[in-house]
Amino acid sequence: MTTTVTRPGALAASGHPLVRPDAAKHLTDEQVEELGRELDAVRDEILAKRGSADAAYIRRVIKVQRSLEFAGRGTLLFSKYKPAWFAGTAMLSLAKILENMEIGHNVLHGQWDWMRDPDIHSTTWEWDFVTPARSWQHTHNDLHHRWTNVIGKDRDVGYNLLRMDPDQPWKPFNLGNPLYNAILAPVFEWGIALYDLEIPEYKEGLKSKEAMNRDLKAVGVKVVKQFSKDYAATPAVAMLTGSGKQALYGTLAANAIRNFWAHAVIFCGHFPEGTDTFTEEEVEGETRGDWYVRQMIGSANISGSKFMHLMTGNLSHQIEHHCFPDLPSNRYAEVAVRVREICTRYKLPYTTGPLPKQVGSTWAKIFKLALPPRTSKTATA
Amino acid sequence: MIRFMKLARATAALTTPLTAEDFLALFNPVYSSRQLRGIVTRVAHETEDSATIYFRPGHGWHAHQAGQWARIGVELDGVRQWRSYSLSNAAGHDPAITVKDAGSVSHVLVRDTKPGDVLFLAPPQGDFVLPEHPRSLLMLTAGSGITPVMSMIRTLVPRRPDADVVLINSNSTPEKSLFREELDELADQFPNLTVRHWFTSARGRLQFTAQTIADLCPDWRSRAAYACGPEGFLNDAEDLWQQEAAVEQARTVPNVTAGAEAQAATGTLTIERFSTDLTAGAGHDGGLVTFEQSDREVQADGDTPLLDIGEDAGVLMPSGCRMGICHSCLIPLRAGQVRDLRTGELHNTPGQLIQTCVSAAAGPVNLDL
Repeated sequence: MTTTVTRPGALAASGHPLVRPDAAKHLTDEQVEELGRELDAVRDEILAKRGSADAAYIRRVIKVQRSLEFAGRGTLLFSKYKPAWFAGTAMLSLAKILENMEIGHNVLHGQWDWMRDPDIHSTTWEWDFVTPARSWQHTHNDLHHRWTNVIGKDRDVGYNLLRMDPDQPWKPFNLGNPLYNAILAPVFEWGIALYDLEIPEYKEGLKSKEAMNRDLKAVGVKVVKQFSKDYAATPAVAMLTGSGKQALYGTLAANAIRNFWAHAVIFCGHFPEGTDTFTEEEVEGETRGDWYVRQMIGSANISGSKFMHLMTGNLSHQIEHHCFPDLPSNRYAEVAVRVREICTRYKLPYTTGPLPKQVGSTWAKIFKLALPPRTSKTATA
Repeated sequence: MIRFMKLARATAALTTPLTAEDFLALFNPVYSSRQLRGIVTRVAHETEDSATIYFRPGHGWHAHQAGQWARIGVELDGVRQWRSYSLSNAAGHDPAITVKDAGSVSHVLVRDTKPGDVLFLAPPQGDFVLPEHPRSLLMLTAGSGITPVMSMIRTLVPRRPDADVVLINSNSTPEKSLFREELDELADQFPNLTVRHWFTSARGRLQFTAQTIADLCPDWRSRAAYACGPEGFLNDAEDLWQQEAAVEQARTVPNVTAGAEAQAATGTLTIERFSTDLTAGAGHDGGLVTFEQSDREVQADGDTPLLDIGEDAGVLMPSGCRMGICHSCLIPLRAGQVRDLRTGELHNTPGQLIQTCVSAAAGPVNLDL
């Protein structure tokens, strides 16, 4: 996609990284190799089962989502009536959450490419989110998923804005950590769009001017379309019933609710207490098994009901998603049982908890890391 | 019209990044912004292992000419699979395909299709079609090779009293003979059609000798011939016509090079193939295949068509006949080398369009897809 990315070759089955992370220090090379084989087997098992039931699942979710979107936006056209405003905003918010997470995120990961359906494919999909799908695929699929939680490589650790790890050097700017995060939440999609432009990379000379211009153009077009749909076209049509202003508030609210929710869920993926970050030495020479270990101890799940999992786009199974980013999301629940068992057997942490606990844990970290480290680094470690 | 376009544009402003079709599909599955679809309207079982599937295509289809084929996509275990099938209906009628249960896709089509099902489609194509000017015709068919010819007969015979069609139709038994009753009825009703059934269970394989063909159709040399059937059947037919052309040439115009003259003297043979032999280029080493735009890399052997390699890697590959004739699957080569599995020929010019359905990797290959 972008020229700065070089594809990693297949990881070696055996061997070891320069340094194995603390949480996996007790494992021998052979054990890690066996762990890799076991997880590969889980993946193969799901691939063998994947079929028409899975295809029917994603089509059903898409149908529900589009029906909600259609009904929600339609109802907002009459939103001068209070119940219509609430119903319309609620349906549109639900639709936007489903579209962004269970559908958009997962389709763009290629989880449904195996169906060979051009209507549901990672190379054709575009989403109801400011950042263009292709830009996001680059920073998310290529960079974040490959370098998960490696400080200095995975910029998702704080998104160039927040200090999310003690190994990130403290600057006075970080005093605003909680404030920045609170501001980011309701406008999350704009933050991601800005982040996907990779402005620091451009400044550091790691991204070419041509690539920058191309990305700016793409995001510009997308901004116009997204903005005019929700904040011009929909209110304009609603003006026919005298509901223009109310419809605008409705779409603003729906986008804010989706942004708020997506932000909360995504921040629970790698930031709660118990997740590890890694140094470049820890990924140097990483084997297949070590790669899995890093994904598992660097990610955190959210426990909850089936509906909760659906509304998080199954990112509540973040650990499983990071081990197998392109398995269909409806399979993560059954994969989770296996992965958890493997973690227990190999005495590896498996971080999970209900949403309020994980959100609280993330915010606690954001507050804590706003302040400079109290003691020297060696003492805290 | 202008108002309609404005309306369409206004709708797009409300549906972006989706389209109006994406929402219309909630009410009628024939709508799609990307993929032509059809709704099955009727399924008629022909023989014990074949069926005719009638469908109503969505926007983007065009009327077929008699003898043409269309790509049909169905889902097997959730995965979309494409095959090409001849349209068996008369031109001007709603499209229908007649399918014999002979593989995974045709099995699903024959056994599981019911009215209301969605078929994925590509518009009709192919040049196995009737001549522009009226001529006397000889049709040679075997097995399901009758399907495109049936479309021609249905189109021509009832409407053109001046037509003159002889059909030699080879099948193993009368029971397995597609459209046998309809053909007999048409032949009874219309003097411009003569049907010669050949049942191999009783008479053995149809031998393509001048004598056998003359017994079935004495004036065969003066007719424009069309043949459709299995590989061996078509090869035999081609051999006979080539021999005759050579004889004609030797006898009448000894000093003129072969070609148009000779063909005019015997009569042309137009053939439609349903399969291709891909073994000529097989048995070599493959290489790493990179689909540049899709950002996928796959290690490929030297025998598997790049089309299959890409599909298995989740790349959205354009495809068509899967036998190297329709050119629906062309992808530009960016770098590297491929081998044509039919001939063994190597292609390595950057920018060259590669037929992925009959080409395999011969070393590393980068494709612009």
